[in-house]
Amino acid sequence: MTVKVVSRPELTFWEKLYIPQILLGLKITSAHFFRNLFLHMLHFVGRFKHLPASVTVQYPDELRPLMSRFRSRHRLTLREDKTPRCVGCMLCETVCPAKCITIVPGEHPDPHVEKYPVRFDIDLGVCVYCGYCVEACPEDAIRMDTGILDIAAYSREAMKLDIHELMDPKLRKPIKNCSLKFPHQCNLTDGEVKGTWEEVNETPLVEKT
Amino acid sequence: MEILIIKLALAGIVFFGILNFAGFHTWVERKQSALIQDRIGANRASIFGFRFLGIFHGLADALKMFTKEDIVPKGADKTLHLLAPLFSVFFALVAFAAIPFGDRLILSENLVIDLQVAKIDAALLYVFAMLSLGVYGVILAGFASHSNYAIMGGLRATAQMISYEIALGISIIGVIMVYGTMDLGELVRAQGHLIGGWLPFWGVLTQPVAFIIFLTAALAETKRLPFDLPEGESEIVGYFVEYSGMKFGMFFLTDFLETIMVACLATTLFFGGWQVPFLTPNGFHFPWGAELPMSNLVYVLLGVLSFSTKVIIFCWFFMQLRWSLPRFRYDQLMSLGWKGLFPISVANVIITAVVLVFLGEIQ
Repeated sequence: MTVKVVSRPELTFWEKLYIPQILLGLKITSAHFFRNLFLHMLHFVGRFKHLPASVTVQYPDELRPLMSRFRSRHRLTLREDKTPRCVGCMLCETVCPAKCITIVPGEHPDPHVEKYPVRFDIDLGVCVYCGYCVEACPEDAIRMDTGILDIAAYSREAMKLDIHELMDPKLRKPIKNCSLKFPHQCNLTDGEVKGTWEEVNETPLVEKT
Repeated sequence: MEILIIKLALAGIVFFGILNFAGFHTWVERKQSALIQDRIGANRASIFGFRFLGIFHGLADALKMFTKEDIVPKGADKTLHLLAPLFSVFFALVAFAAIPFGDRLILSENLVIDLQVAKIDAALLYVFAMLSLGVYGVILAGFASHSNYAIMGGLRATAQMISYEIALGISIIGVIMVYGTMDLGELVRAQGHLIGGWLPFWGVLTQPVAFIIFLTAALAETKRLPFDLPEGESEIVGYFVEYSGMKFGMFFLTDFLETIMVACLATTLFFGGWQVPFLTPNGFHFPWGAELPMSNLVYVLLGVLSFSTKVIIFCWFFMQLRWSLPRFRYDQLMSLGWKGLFPISVANVIITAVVLVFLGEIQ
């Protein structure tokens, strides 16, 4: 058995005098005070902005930079004709451990695509942000890179995202009008399928690669 | 009649300045602590969209305090419960009357104004009496609340204030012996001489030990960190635990007023009050022979400016101490007061007396 000798250092005479130690403490705080005061003044005239005067991030005004792999709110990626890239394969719904994804697939007029989501809902109140849906997707149709963190609502209903918000991350509740042309189900129309593929095909593509 | 108006005006100026400065202190406290801790500090309160570095937070605080519910605990003595915060603020404010903040302002042959609200021969005694009476506010607050916690806090605070008052009073004796007066105006005037023609004859140079003891004991008197055992806002239950709204705000105000009071006293006793080095009533006389004559008004204004600057620097220093040091334990506090400061201050008085006698022998 080994004995561990714990040394308990006695205070030296100068430490017992208090005053030199107080001055040492004041040196530290004053160094911070004057450095930050000076930097704040320099920032005010627009100089030395790369040297931070405080560690504060003024949250609603400025956001902390996120890591590129950070998992934030979901979005559905789009094809060139502004329809979802999703092919309604249900892999994400199957892999989801929280069972927060609801997909209703429909038949796509293009035989190479086969299916598309008539309805695509994610309940953020249930989602655990594991990112499995992103990994499971064979079409790179769902991503978690919107950078949206302030997900909060007053009701459970308001936590549910439908296809409108998922396709356009800039949209926030309440959504007034439906701009999607392809046939889809959404809350705005009480679950009725609205829109036709003809409308989508008639609209000219904004940019064709 | 003329004198009455002048005195009223002086009192108005002093109390307006002091109360505003005390309100300003809340802003200084927020911002200075923020700078020390690499933060930004409160900056959200705004009037019509103007923030001015959060200077309106003090106003917002006052508004909040005034509109809060005022709770008097069941079984409390209603009169004393109301009187306690009033006493605290009153005695803290009244003590400022004896502080000289400038030299004589000569307006005409027979109209000479002393820039001091009350010209008292024993002003030093008056100031200390008023500071001591501040204890009444504390003990009454504890007693009137009808709460065991509050009365324990009140007793603790009283014990602390009375213990440190002794060291405070004795440390001053050295200064009185050196300058031979208790009149604060005369005491400042006596500090205007020069030692060897270039060193100002300030209290901090003649009584450095007394200065350190005074500063420590006075900090303990103000009940601020590192001696904030009576208050310790969030951790220790203190004497004003049963107070809410503006009554609590008044104790808070007293805190800041006492800090300013101590800063004023330290300036007056140890840093030459309104004296500017090498400045005499008819202008600057530098030791290398240069001279700069000036009128009486400019001289007095320079004095007032010098006094305010010193007080502000002291307030800054106290705030810096407050955010640098941890709180004392209660037994540490008592042993520092009785075993540390008290003997040193007595020894300081004896040594000062001996040195003064020897210096008198030489002359």
